[in-house]
Parts: sequence; C-alpha cells; structure tokens
Amino acid sequence: MLAPVTHISALARIRRRRMLPVPGKVLVRAGQNVAATDVVAEGVLAPEYAVLDVARALGVSPERAAQYTEREPGEALSKGSLIARRGGRSVIAPRDGRVAALSNGQLLLELRSKPFQLLAGIPGTVMEVTADYGVTIEGVGAWVQGIWGNGHINSGPLAVMADGPDDRFGTDKLDPSQRGTVMLGGNCGDRKTLEGAAALQLRGLILASLATPLIPVAARMPYPILVLEGFGKLAMNAAAFKLLSTNAGREIAVDAEPFDRFTGERPEAVIGLPSGGQPPIPLDLENFRVGQRVRLSRAPRPAGVGAIRQLPDGLARFPSGLRAVAAQVEFENGDSLLVPLANIEVIG
Amino acid sequence: MSEQELILEEEAAPEGLQELEQRLNTPRSLLAIDVGSVNTRALLFDVVEGRYRFLAAGVAPTTAGAPMHDASEGVRYALDTLQRISGRTLTTADEQLIIPSTRDGAGADNLASTLSGAPPLKAVAVGLLERVSLESALNLLGTTYVNVVETISLAKRRHIEQQVNTIVKQRPELVVVAGGTDGGATRSVLGLVNALGMAISLIPPDQRPDVVFAGNRALAERVSGFLEPLTQVHVTANVRPALTSEQLGPAETLLADIFRRRHASRILGIGELNSWSGGNLQPTAMSLGRITRFLSLLQPHGALAVDVGASATTVAAGFKGDLRLRTFAGLGVGSGLQAILHSRKLEQITRWLPLEIDPGYVLDYIQNKILTPATLPAERDDLAIEQALAREAMRMALEQSQARFPRNAKRLHPELLPVFDAILVSGAAVAHAPTIAQSLLMILDALEPTGVQQVILDKNNLAPALGAAAPVNPALVIQLILDPISFLNLGYVIAPVVSARTGAPVLRIRIQYETGHSNIVEVAMGDLKLIPLPGGRRARLEIDCFHRADVGAGPGRSLRLERPVIGGPFGVVVDARGRPLRLPGDPRARLETVRGWHMALGR
Repeated sequence: MLAPVTHISALARIRRRRMLPVPGKVLVRAGQNVAATDVVAEGVLAPEYAVLDVARALGVSPERAAQYTEREPGEALSKGSLIARRGGRSVIAPRDGRVAALSNGQLLLELRSKPFQLLAGIPGTVMEVTADYGVTIEGVGAWVQGIWGNGHINSGPLAVMADGPDDRFGTDKLDPSQRGTVMLGGNCGDRKTLEGAAALQLRGLILASLATPLIPVAARMPYPILVLEGFGKLAMNAAAFKLLSTNAGREIAVDAEPFDRFTGERPEAVIGLPSGGQPPIPLDLENFRVGQRVRLSRAPRPAGVGAIRQLPDGLARFPSGLRAVAAQVEFENGDSLLVPLANIEVIG
Repeated sequence: MSEQELILEEEAAPEGLQELEQRLNTPRSLLAIDVGSVNTRALLFDVVEGRYRFLAAGVAPTTAGAPMHDASEGVRYALDTLQRISGRTLTTADEQLIIPSTRDGAGADNLASTLSGAPPLKAVAVGLLERVSLESALNLLGTTYVNVVETISLAKRRHIEQQVNTIVKQRPELVVVAGGTDGGATRSVLGLVNALGMAISLIPPDQRPDVVFAGNRALAERVSGFLEPLTQVHVTANVRPALTSEQLGPAETLLADIFRRRHASRILGIGELNSWSGGNLQPTAMSLGRITRFLSLLQPHGALAVDVGASATTVAAGFKGDLRLRTFAGLGVGSGLQAILHSRKLEQITRWLPLEIDPGYVLDYIQNKILTPATLPAERDDLAIEQALAREAMRMALEQSQARFPRNAKRLHPELLPVFDAILVSGAAVAHAPTIAQSLLMILDALEPTGVQQVILDKNNLAPALGAAAPVNPALVIQLILDPISFLNLGYVIAPVVSARTGAPVLRIRIQYETGHSNIVEVAMGDLKLIPLPGGRRARLEIDCFHRADVGAGPGRSLRLERPVIGGPFGVVVDARGRPLRLPGDPRARLETVRGWHMALGR
C-alpha cells in the first residue's frame, strides 16, 4: 500500500520550484546562491482595475465615446491626467495607472500596484531559471516538515525554548535576549504568547501544536509560525524534537506556507548545512514495509514515532469497531501497537 | 411500463432501439473506476448464473494530487487489488487494460469511469435577477463540483468595478451566463455580458474560463460573437426559458463535458481514464443523479440518494423522472469539514455524541481531520465525533437542497423531507460504519424520513458506477438497481409526524406475515422500535394513528400499505421519536436519550 512521507531528515537534498502564477520578472540567475528570504522573482499577481464610464460622463452613446477619448491602450497615466473631454465635460485618471482597454464606452485603467515578491523559501543554489516565472532551487541541510503554516517566510538563529517534546510554550519562554531568533516551542495555548512573540520581533516560531481557538490569531501574526503535529495539546514527535534541539544556534529558514495536499506545498523548516557530497533527494511516497521508521498522525498515539514490525494480512479490528489494514508499530519506549495504515506516515 | 421499457426510453435517443435491444441481450462484463478525493475504487461486474452481479472491489489511495500528480497510479493500484481479490486478470504485463474481454476470461467488456477527486472548478454565475436566472445559473453549477467565487446580477451591477476585479483576481475556469427568458430581456443581458467580456479580456489568454451561455436564445449569436474572440463559448438551451420553469438537463450534459476536458488537461491520468471509458468519464455526482432519476421512475413517490464524501456531499432527489441534483463541493467529512465548522455551532455537532467528550477535543479533532482527511477513527471517541459530523454534513446538504424540490412533492411536514419510497445512502463515513445499526441511526438522525420509506445502504458505492454504466450496459443497470445482494436493504422505516407527550400511544401496527400469522405492535411517543421481519421476507402493514400522528394518510388517519414491505436486518423499524427530531436541552438527559437510541438499534 502507498505510504505518505513526512520528511524529518538530518541531511537531505531539497529541491523546490518557486514559480509565480502569472508572468513576472526573475531576479536571480542560475548558479547563484540564495538565502531563504531573498526575492527570486516578482510580479503583479492580480492587478486592480478602475472602470471609468466615459460615455456616461461625457453624455454620449458608448459607440461615440472613443472619438472623445484622448488615450490609447497601453498608455501610462498619472493621477489627474486627462482621459477624455467633450465640451465642458471631462474624465480624468483617479490614480496612477495604465490604460488597459476601451470597450463599449468604458475605459479600464490598470492601477499601479505593488508587485508580489516571491521569496526563495529555502537556502540553496538556483539550479534552473524558468523565464518570466521563477526558479528551481536546491539546498542541502536538515529538514523538518510540518502540517500547518501561517503563510510567512523568514529565517534566523534557532533558539530552543522547549525543555522536551511535550513542553508548554507560554509567555515565560519569551526571553528578551532571544529577540530576532526562530524559537522552538512545544504546545502553545494562549494568545498573549503569540502576541508577545510578535513584540519580541521573532523571525519564526516552530511549535508542536497550537490550541484550535488560536488559529485565527496565529494566521494574523507577522512572523512565520510552523506547527509540526496539529491542533490541541500534542507533543512534538521525538524525531523532529531531537533533530531541531540539537541544532540550537544554527541559522534556520522557516517557510510556513499552508499545507495543500493537492499541490504538495507543505510548511517546512530547513537548516542549511555544508555538505561534502550531494545527498539524495528523498522520495515523497513509498510503499509500506517492515522496518520503516514511522510517525502516527492520529490516536492512539498522535505524533508517536516507532518502527513497523509487522504488516499483517487482512483487516484488523480497532477499539472503535472499525476494521482496516494495519501495521504493528513498535515505539521507541518498547511499546507495541496495532495501528491503521491510514494513520501512519513514513519518516523520510 | 416495465423497467426495461423505461430504460429503453431513456436510452433511445443516442442510438436506435434495435442496437440497444441487442446490447441488452448480450451479456457484457463491466469494470467501473471511480477516482474520489481520498480513494480510487475499481469495481467489477459480470454475469453469474444468468444474472449480473457485483463481484468485487479494489481500493487504493487517490494519486491525482501530490506527490504523484498522476491519477493513473491510484487506478493501477486499485486494479492490482481488484485482480488479487477477484482472481481475474484485468491488465496486460505492460499494465494496459484488457478491454474488451478475451476468450480466456481476462479483462472486461466495458469501462465506465467517474471522477470527484479533483479540486472543484472555480466558477462565476451571471444572471439578471437574483431569484430567477441567477438562481438557475447557480442551480446548474450545483450539479457538479464547482466553487462559486462570484455572482453577477443586475442588483449588483453598480459594483461592476468590484466584479471585474474579483473575476481577474479569482481567475474562474467556468462562467455560466443565464438571463432573459426566451423572447424576454436582451439589453440587460448584453450589459452583463459586456462586463464579463471586459474582465475576461484582462486575464492571460491561457487562463481564461469556458463560458456557458444558457440564457435567452435570441441572444446566443450576439453573445457568442462578442465573447468568442476572447475565450471558448458554449451555447446551450436556456436554463430559465420562462419565469416559472427551469430546464437544466441539456446544460448539465455540457457542464459534464467541460468538467471532463478541464480535468483531463490539468490532471495527469484523467485523460487516459476518459479515453478508456470511450470519452465518457462522468462527474460522480451526475452519475449518482442519473441512477436516482432511473430509480424515481420505478417508485410512485420518487427516490432520494445522499452521498457523503470526504470533500463533497451530493443530494440527488428524483420525482418521477424529474431530477433535482445538488453537489456541495467543500462540504464533507474530511477536507470538507471546514464548511461544517463555518455554518454550525459546536453544540449542533456534539448533540449527537453518545459519549461524554470534551468540546475542546471535538474542535481539535475536526481541525486535525481537515489536515489529515485520509486518517481513520481507531478510537471510540473519534468514531463518535466522525459520525456526528456525518450527520451534520447530510443535514446541511439536505437543508440547502430542499428549496429545489418540487412544491407539489408529498410532504408530511413543511420543514422536513418529502416522502420518498426509497432512500439510498453512500459514503464511507456512513456506509462503512462498524455496525449497520450505526449506519441506520446516522441516516435516521440526519434525514428524518417521514411516512413509510425504504432505507438502502450502498456499501460499495455502486450507484454512481451504475449511473455511468447506463449508456454502455443498460441491462446490467436494470438488473442491479437495488439488487438486494449488491445494495443492503436496511429495511422499511415507519416514521410518523407527531407531537405528543413521551410515552403516549401514537401508532398501532398490524403486521401480516407471508406465513399467514400476524402480530400487533403498540408504539409510544419517543420509541425507536424494531418489528421482527426476516431479511428478504415480505409482510403487509396496517397502521392506526393516535394523537393526530401522520404516516402518510393524514393526521390521525389509518394507513393500509398497498405494497408489501421487505424485511431488512432490523426487520421493520418504527421511528416515533417525533418530527422534527428534538433532543433534550439538558446535557445529561441528552446523553441518556442518544445512548438509548443506540441501544434500541443494538449499538
């Protein structure tokens, strides 16, 4: 059976395609080294338009409006520029922009908009440039994928503020001397902590879990928040905690883009590491097999890490009464449980 | 009219009757493939002992999205499983489907395919009046998997700038323009089309939407002439030919074509699946609608089908061939839970729980399930939450579907479902519950059927497959539609509309068995009672009503059923809990009540 993969890796080669959804301008070149926060491309995603009813303003039919219009499509205008005039009546540009079209007596003015800046997201090297759209970047380092992100990207030195995988992350952890860092916390359950982190100008926050009522608060925070396990009071999986906590002080990039199962975009954190060689790019999908290291995504032991010891034939019955294909998983403390395969992710 | 004649009538249009009759008389095996949002299923049907049978199913995770981005991989895994289970070879060594079947019994003669597991198409609805043509445009879009990102109508016309900006920002893939009855308004429609054209001209050419014009026929040429230089325009019959009539049929077919083409071009493997099925891949919802319409032709009071998926819920109601189909893309028990959270208070979900569970845990559970929709509830608490959510998904879908049901449909209560003869429910959350008692209780709680209705569980999601198979193998559809081996008859449910004090007698039911002996069952207000009737056995019912209870003959009037009922695993079920169903406000009393219902059906 196909096995989804969550990447928690001490050393991996990571490849990311960073593309604008519309044509724009690529700002880097192939072979260039980039930091996670470097702008690699920019473009106007959805320009805003003003619809000016020239015909109505001049008191003429739509068919006659064109003959009084003094501007052509493509022409740049500044605010207050004359667009059309008839006798004492005139139409002027309400804002800076460019004439996009004149149709049926109406003029479409594309307003000047701030371009969207596409960040690299991970530290690495630009391997390929796709003209007008973006780049493919490869980086080498320690890599942890999460399950929820608030859409921001930033990087900074990693400050480990969690004493263990199930530690609570509260305001007492917001040490002012850690201003500008990316903090590793445990479970966060109060709003003041998230707001305090913003006041401390954190460059990122990596949490095991977040209280559900705080989702909208976290979404509004100006710094990236990466949640590794989910919502509620969930401990961090031991593999991710060990990897992150042993890298305190290193520069870590947090790309907290929202998880999209269809596109495969997933929030993640990368610690760029020097590598003598080129480690392989890990697979994103495997088949379940005995010996694989896995992470549980649901009860009975959410975020539990263990190894598959057996893949029994047929269906197993669970406490809920459901019958499903299962694996016998042995956890790091020696416990062993039968778990639905649907609730297991392979650690890659 | 016989079942065969009905299907013949349905299928006569695309080909001659002679060819169709020939097809009906030639046994042909069928492979059906459904690509859902979580799972891909392969179903095998063939003739066994002179009758079509559903033989086996193979299931695998859907691979249309990341990381494979190729739906054919999931199809291949599902076929591998099916081959293992059925023992039949379906693919060649180089993984090509064997169609038609070979003399040695490998392969299948036909393939029918359905798709629901793709992100919904982003759509815009354009109409003149919100409650007339715009409503019809939205009804049309509701027949398939779309996410309506903007509506444009005369009432909103002063916001033209906002509409243009929204369309440019949202980049819809599909725009449905309705408006103007045939021979009616023209100028206003052209005004709206002008705004639409303006917006489309600002979108890069390779990202422009398909435009379906389903308005005033007199304008078709002018609308095409205006929009065709900008994008692909499809003209179809007016969905609102007159103020009081709606006609979605021809436009639905067109929408299915666009759905097929769009997904074939953006998801690897879908084009291949479409070509395997003769270019006839169907949206799963439309196939379910098709089979529901067939069913409704066979039943005096019509048929209802409800499918609860992970990302979408579909309601198909057929009234003597008149189909009312509504698909709720984004409402489901996986990634579609966001819609429930958005529209329901937490108490509306937790009221169904038969266990004491902290409401905070329920909220966390829902959010985590949205992130991991393919996971299974292995623990009792988790299962109880998922079943509560399935109830609310069905209730929400039905509430929003009811406005489209015909006004003259027989109802026993204005707020409740019309009386249907058959109710068919599918979707893993309901159909794959650990016990069929749980499945039945979810259906009764969510649908609140009234009168006397048969409840059927589609455990293997066969109904959409049969709908998709109807054009290629109508004989199979005729034989399998409600076949008791393929579909599980949960039994007939007698549900009076009544309001009385708990414990007051509301029904006296006389059941006359085939053996000749009879039994009388007294039913009190609040009861959820089972009358013994072995599975598959028939019996006749006479129902006396008290306290103005109504089971279909009018308040307080006795009902003698003309047709016999057929026993299911619960015999005959009497649901006298009252309609509309009300749960106690006190949490402890509510918990006891809900536990009592579970106990009554045997957990």
